[in-house]
Amino acid sequence: MIEVRNLFKYYGQRRAVGPLSFSIAPGEIVGLLGLNGAGKTTVLRVLACDLLPSAGTVTVDGIDVVDQPQQVRHRIGYLPDTPPVYAEMGVHEYLVFAARLRGLTTQEAHRRATEAEKVTNLEKVAHDPIHSLSHGFKQRVGIAQALVHRPKLLLLDEPILGLDPVQIVEMRHLLRSLRGDFTIVLSSHNLKEISETCDRLLVIREGSIVASGSEAELSSKLLQTTSVEITFSGDHERVERVVRDKDGVRSVALHPSPEDPGNHVLRVDADRDIRPELVRTLVAAEVDVLQVVQAKGELESIFLRLAGDVSAAGNDDPACDGSNPESPSQQDRAMNGIEPHDSTDKKVDKEED
Amino acid sequence: MRSALLIASRELRGFLRSPLAYVVIAIMLLIDGLLYYGVALRGEARLSAEVLRDFFYFSSGTTMTTAILLSMRLFAEEKQTGTFVLLNTAPVPDSAIVAGKYLSAYTLVAGFTLMTVYMPLLIFVHGRVSVGHIVVGYLGLLLIGAASTAIGTFGSVLVKSQTIAAVISAVLLVFMLVLWLVARETDPPIREFLTALSLHDTHFRPFMLGQLELQHCVYYLAVTFFFLLATTKTLEARRWR
Repeated sequence: MIEVRNLFKYYGQRRAVGPLSFSIAPGEIVGLLGLNGAGKTTVLRVLACDLLPSAGTVTVDGIDVVDQPQQVRHRIGYLPDTPPVYAEMGVHEYLVFAARLRGLTTQEAHRRATEAEKVTNLEKVAHDPIHSLSHGFKQRVGIAQALVHRPKLLLLDEPILGLDPVQIVEMRHLLRSLRGDFTIVLSSHNLKEISETCDRLLVIREGSIVASGSEAELSSKLLQTTSVEITFSGDHERVERVVRDKDGVRSVALHPSPEDPGNHVLRVDADRDIRPELVRTLVAAEVDVLQVVQAKGELESIFLRLAGDVSAAGNDDPACDGSNPESPSQQDRAMNGIEPHDSTDKKVDKEED
Repeated sequence: MRSALLIASRELRGFLRSPLAYVVIAIMLLIDGLLYYGVALRGEARLSAEVLRDFFYFSSGTTMTTAILLSMRLFAEEKQTGTFVLLNTAPVPDSAIVAGKYLSAYTLVAGFTLMTVYMPLLIFVHGRVSVGHIVVGYLGLLLIGAASTAIGTFGSVLVKSQTIAAVISAVLLVFMLVLWLVARETDPPIREFLTALSLHDTHFRPFMLGQLELQHCVYYLAVTFFFLLATTKTLEARRWR
């Protein structure tokens, strides 16, 4: 569905994106993950023909975005980070306008607008003016306008930005319900959300992709560590000693349980999934085990490693700022088979709108 | 064409749902009426044709001002609120976007111009005037309104702020208005060139006098086309920036 080869995008002299190459197959839900200013929005805008690339080739459904932008635009639906809604219009009226703008007849536009309202749960507010809607509903209207003409490709820039937790869950369900009907590319810096919604992640840093794959693939490839959290009661020093001596354990970290200060949580980093043998060992040592879970935050560790927040990833060396070609973060990537990208060009600090 | 009309229709509804159009048109009609009463109908007895000439003179000013004030929002507002991306990523040529937006603003400018028609008609109460003079004068107002709306549209595509868009358009407009003054300080052939470019003095006076000359109609249409083309090219260039 999407083929990007050696894409570069410059804003004046500053490089916002590039070199960037990736492919997305039809029906995939792919997440662009990166810090603010990494180049996610620019990539989506190029795919949506809102911007033209400075160099490289980008094809959508086999059509070049520079040679035949109008043909590409027929095939895409784009939700920018701010929903492009006319506040004074009614929801249905707006969706009909968006559909007709994409070449549908008036009758067909009304029919598709009604369908889009159904898919995005906007039926109850279909005739309300958009300015009277909450941010979550406006975001839904934004998605509805993107899919009202049934494009092959949906491009969603930060679709959960500014939503409350309930709205985020609803948006997740909505995006999942679209699976199969569309190829979806969405950008986010919400790690949890993007990993739960997408089939595949493309991690972008300074305009280039530094890793690609599912959360599990990235985890096994990059971290080579599995983390487990054990909640228990009793002598924590003894438990820590018992666990530390286990084969395969790389490190342990003890802290009081946030839910119950009387208990403790032991985070165990191991080179494989050692939960069964760990439980057997603890039970044999007569430890009262209350809970054993796969630790959350795996993706965060990956993200911090890849996206460039070196200090947050646990490296306190001030020399490791990513611009140093010998910095540990780049060494890590090289060790894990990830091509360190060119850092000689001046990079963009903040993505332009 | 279909896309342009669709965009024009939405823009027009947007205009009519916001107070801007009503406020601008009401104020300009008031100013036009006061000028008519205070200037054109001033004390001494005058020829009806002179009254009509003065009416078209100051009405060209209110028409140009109305055009700038109504067109300042066309692109600037959409860029500020982020809605322009809907048009920019739709399978619609840039020329259709510009044409649609221009049409909506020009419809209002033309509407405003035609709303003033009661004033020259009042001359018939106590005087005699040629209907042809009125028709030609209004054709002139519609043409200078078209050119001013195109200048306003161009100003609006350059920036995100409506106020700055209006200032840029006004500066452009005033520059084109005073070209005849600049021309007086220069030598031929630059003098002729600048005089020919002057927006009002050279080209509008014949309309004020009820003289219909094709060259002046072509001039206003050319200015309109030039600024709409510049607007379209600016939109296209934005994608490459």
